[in-house]
Amino acid sequence: MDLLEIRHLSLNFGGIVALKNVHMTVKKGQIHAIIGPNGAGKTSLFNCLSGVYIPTEGEILVEGKNITGLKPHKIARLGIARTFQNIELFANMNVIDNLLLGRHIHMNSGPFSGSFFYGKALREEVGNRLKVEEIIDFLEIEKVRKQLVGSLPYGIQKRVELGRALTMDPKILLLDEPAAGMNVEETEDIARFVLDINEELGMTIILVEHDMGVVMDIVDEITVLDFGSKIANGNPREIQANPKVIEAYLGQDE
Amino acid sequence: MAIRSKTFRESYYEDIKLFKTIWIKSWIGLFLMVLAVLPLIGDPYIIYLINISCIATIAALGLNILTGFTGQISLGHAAFFAIGAYCTAIISSRFQVPFWICLPASGVLAACAGLFVGIPCLRLKGLYLAMATMSFGVVVEYVVITWDSVTKGVRGISVPTLNLLGYPLDSNNKLYYFLIVLTALAIIAATNLMRTRVGRAFIAIRDRDIAAEVMGVSLTQYKVMAFAISSFYAGIAGGLYAYVMEYIHPEHFTFLLSVQYLAMIIVGGLGSILGSIFGAVFITIIPEFIKGLAQFLTLLFPAIEDKYDDGWNIAAFGLLIMLFLIFEPKGLSGIWTRIKTCFKNWPYTY
Repeated sequence: MDLLEIRHLSLNFGGIVALKNVHMTVKKGQIHAIIGPNGAGKTSLFNCLSGVYIPTEGEILVEGKNITGLKPHKIARLGIARTFQNIELFANMNVIDNLLLGRHIHMNSGPFSGSFFYGKALREEVGNRLKVEEIIDFLEIEKVRKQLVGSLPYGIQKRVELGRALTMDPKILLLDEPAAGMNVEETEDIARFVLDINEELGMTIILVEHDMGVVMDIVDEITVLDFGSKIANGNPREIQANPKVIEAYLGQDE
Repeated sequence: MAIRSKTFRESYYEDIKLFKTIWIKSWIGLFLMVLAVLPLIGDPYIIYLINISCIATIAALGLNILTGFTGQISLGHAAFFAIGAYCTAIISSRFQVPFWICLPASGVLAACAGLFVGIPCLRLKGLYLAMATMSFGVVVEYVVITWDSVTKGVRGISVPTLNLLGYPLDSNNKLYYFLIVLTALAIIAATNLMRTRVGRAFIAIRDRDIAAEVMGVSLTQYKVMAFAISSFYAGIAGGLYAYVMEYIHPEHFTFLLSVQYLAMIIVGGLGSILGSIFGAVFITIIPEFIKGLAQFLTLLFPAIEDKYDDGWNIAAFGLLIMLFLIFEPKGLSGIWTRIKTCFKNWPYTY
């Protein structure tokens, strides 16, 4: 069984068609890329997957369970985590608190035990801090762990956001343009992290990315969207040779 | 975050303790000692002002949890305060219920009112939420005035003396210790709440609601919870207010009081526990300070004496708040942090 299956997914805003009858499957343990020109519906697809938009038609199945129309916080509990194209960190919290928020679904202390900081709340704070520190080590952001994220440079913020999604311990990690706005070195770092997350932490990754160098190097499978429709699907070599994709997005070598 | 040199932590528990160093502990101890001896040497009027500040602090903490931390603006805080005050006044005067039932009952009743307002307001933000909470305040004010059989309307209610295990707290000096202890509890509870799971979810909703939801925070649940907790604090504060004033009247709970609470958390610092305390004390004390200053000025310049009236106090108060908004958006807690950093780094200022 595929980990994620998308069937006949359509999304309309009034008269505007954002997604049209998209089929897609993602196998467990893979790195899957979604590419396409601007406005092709890549981020809309992510928003449907994480529950921010409710699709007009179609179904999304995670391990055979239908998650279409569920609220985002329910979907998060089913093991889908994501990052955003424009960083959506909690700017007035420090790095540790941002990452601890990722542990929200794995904690369950309420306002009462929190207010008096006894028993469950205390145990959870300390226990989840360990997990957070593991991710901090993994992403090499030890030095900034107590700084407010609003004051951090862009590249580090991207990394913290990735960390926040990782602390959720998801089955599927959605990365919306992880390398956008980064220089060559930072892009390489991110590509390395994506591979490590896939191999060491065993998460299935779906990423939207415009940097074709990164995409072609690290992913197992690619889905190409254009004007809300899927125009191709395959491994990087097939995609690079596909005339439809070349016309719509990749362009011809002169 | 700079850590003092020679500070070592060996576990994450040590890292999240509230009072980490011996210095902080001794400062707090010293402060508590001053508070403890104050009634022995202080003027009764000063003790009364501190009592009122304590109540304002508890209510302001509540509003700060809702508005400062969760980002849900409320202009109806006085209504929850009034519900708490009337709950205590009515059940203690009519049924002679002891305080240890009255106060929690006030808190719970106000929290229920908070749920009642919070649930329909879930989808409202910003100005619309301000309007909705404000109208709730107006409704409560109206109910208190017109529901004569229960609230005694504009005649007001006298509240019996608070009886602490057979020991009547019949003066401000006696109420003082009781209030200080309760306020300290409220401050500790709010601080702890804001640094654990629920508090983080609140701040996350304020900063980025969509991201918070995608991380697994139920917006519905936590917004309503913020309303309930905030109203609970207001209800407790209202109950205490009834005991301290010994007589309550609808005029004590007007829209102006809601605005005053908002002023407290803005002047003190939005989203800061310490700010709620600073703001509450500041807004309570400063009108007295202005009055004193005005009296001093009339002594210096007798010519202005007949031109002076209460309006000037209010104007000076308004001016002060405006200056705060312009020059110190982070409020008194921002100033405090700056001073603290300055001392921490002294004599190396970098």
